Amino acid sequence: MLSMSSEFVSSRLLFKEGDESTYELFIGPQHPASGHMRFIVRLKGDIIVSVDPDIGYVHRTMEKLAEGREAIKAIPLLERLTIIDSHNVTVALVTALERLLDAEPPPRALYLRTLLSEINRIASHLYGMGIAGIMLNHSTMFMWAFGDREVWIQLAEELTGARLTHTYSIPGGVRRDLPQGFKEKFEKAARYMEKRLQDYMKIFLLNPQIASRYEGVGILKKSEARRLSIVGPNLRASGVKYDARLADDYGAYKELEFEVPVREEGDCMARMLVRVEEIKQSLSIIRQVLEKMPSGPIFAEKYLKLLPPKTREQVLKTGHVKLPGIFASLKLPAGEAVARAEMGHGEIFYHIVSDGSTKPYRLRVVTPSFRNVVLFRYLPPGHRFMDFPAIYGSLDYFPPEADR
Amino acid sequence: MNGEKPSWLIEIVSKLSELGIRLDEAKNVLKMEVAPESLREAAKILIQYGYDHLASISGVDWSTKGTIEVIYFAESYEPEKRGTLIELKTATSRENPKLPSLVDLWPNALLLERETWEMFGVVFEGNPDLRRLLLPPDWSGPPPLRKDYRVVEEGIYVEYE
Repeated sequence: MLSMSSEFVSSRLLFKEGDESTYELFIGPQHPASGHMRFIVRLKGDIIVSVDPDIGYVHRTMEKLAEGREAIKAIPLLERLTIIDSHNVTVALVTALERLLDAEPPPRALYLRTLLSEINRIASHLYGMGIAGIMLNHSTMFMWAFGDREVWIQLAEELTGARLTHTYSIPGGVRRDLPQGFKEKFEKAARYMEKRLQDYMKIFLLNPQIASRYEGVGILKKSEARRLSIVGPNLRASGVKYDARLADDYGAYKELEFEVPVREEGDCMARMLVRVEEIKQSLSIIRQVLEKMPSGPIFAEKYLKLLPPKTREQVLKTGHVKLPGIFASLKLPAGEAVARAEMGHGEIFYHIVSDGSTKPYRLRVVTPSFRNVVLFRYLPPGHRFMDFPAIYGSLDYFPPEADR
Repeated sequence: MNGEKPSWLIEIVSKLSELGIRLDEAKNVLKMEVAPESLREAAKILIQYGYDHLASISGVDWSTKGTIEVIYFAESYEPEKRGTLIELKTATSRENPKLPSLVDLWPNALLLERETWEMFGVVFEGNPDLRRLLLPPDWSGPPPLRKDYRVVEEGIYVEYE
């Protein structure tokens, strides 16, 4: 952050050369469009010369807080990194904890995790598309995407009991079994979504006014994307076929068939289209999950047998897991574990170091938005100022996730 | 790592062993401890083999040992390598933590080094942009992710005057 030498800051003239003047402009931190960050933009006339993303306004010291509490409490804490995608945020954390604890979740639990991950991904992409829409003043796209996101939030609530803060995956399994009638509800939602995606194309992405704002704007070259360590749809829109679902072994992805949509153009339009294709893939993954889901327990035998017999019976009957008392002071064996998972925004990375106590000695998390924030520096220079919101929207950047 | 070792992995291992680096293969992670002097050499070899970016740089403060460990995780986008992360572990003293910057080799180290500098006080020599990133501009006190920085909690029931 800049030091505050004066009481207020405003845009200022940096230098003048003939008729040309270079201005420094401060955008934010209060909600430039989707807020909590500041951009220091230098403009020569209407052309962007440089952008310095000034982040940290929503830094909540998550890594430090996680060191001060029992490992299990890190799950509800860290899902607040990206509240709109909270299962994808924590599934890698739980996977890393399981690798430390040597707890193997049963196959049905892995399928249920994948189910919620994909529901989250659809909701996250809809959120991103809605925000991208309103950044171009397209209120309809915003209203439609946010309205349709509600369908997936309701499905998640049906499964987990909570709209956003699911805390669904726990070491050794998941908290709840599939509710009755879920498949029918999903099929209805999927049919609706498939039709709506066509509507989105007509009113938004194929709309000549939007296409002219997105096509050829903010091009990220393949070589640059690799060099800058970009992740998620932003990487895949630049022609790199990489997805953490293929890289790390978590959930039931190994047993499912899915495409990883890739485009070569690397512009704003390609980034938006990759997200649309990913929603279609997620629908197909959920269909397969519901089709193939094995029957059986949803919580590891290792922990299940620690429950009193009556509670265990109740858990097996209702499909609602009660946590064994040991979870309050679960000792993490000394050592370290890493895990990666693919969120809606891209790859999230966890590294846990334990010294054998109940609290993690160090919990490192690198979020996709933190890896992608560097794009604000590289993409806008050379563009007109009006392209800035188009580029910002297409990156699906989420400040609370980057700041942690 | 399951089954037979791929040839690129054998090559990386042999090249790094020539530098005198100790390697340890865990499941899907190739771990190694590197002295700060050979950090850049090791990074150059990894880049040659497609590990062209970092997934993370993280510090670990071992306050009782008096060292700060800095751990780099290199990652590859290539299909046969994406499943294996490479962990480069190095250590520096707590009193005067200094490491060479890897920004010119792994460009995305720019923000990761900035964060590690801010949170652990490790100076990355050669990083052109060591400015505050996440902390407020008026921040003072020891680097917050060090173990001697205690989070003070106010409590629930407090006297209000």
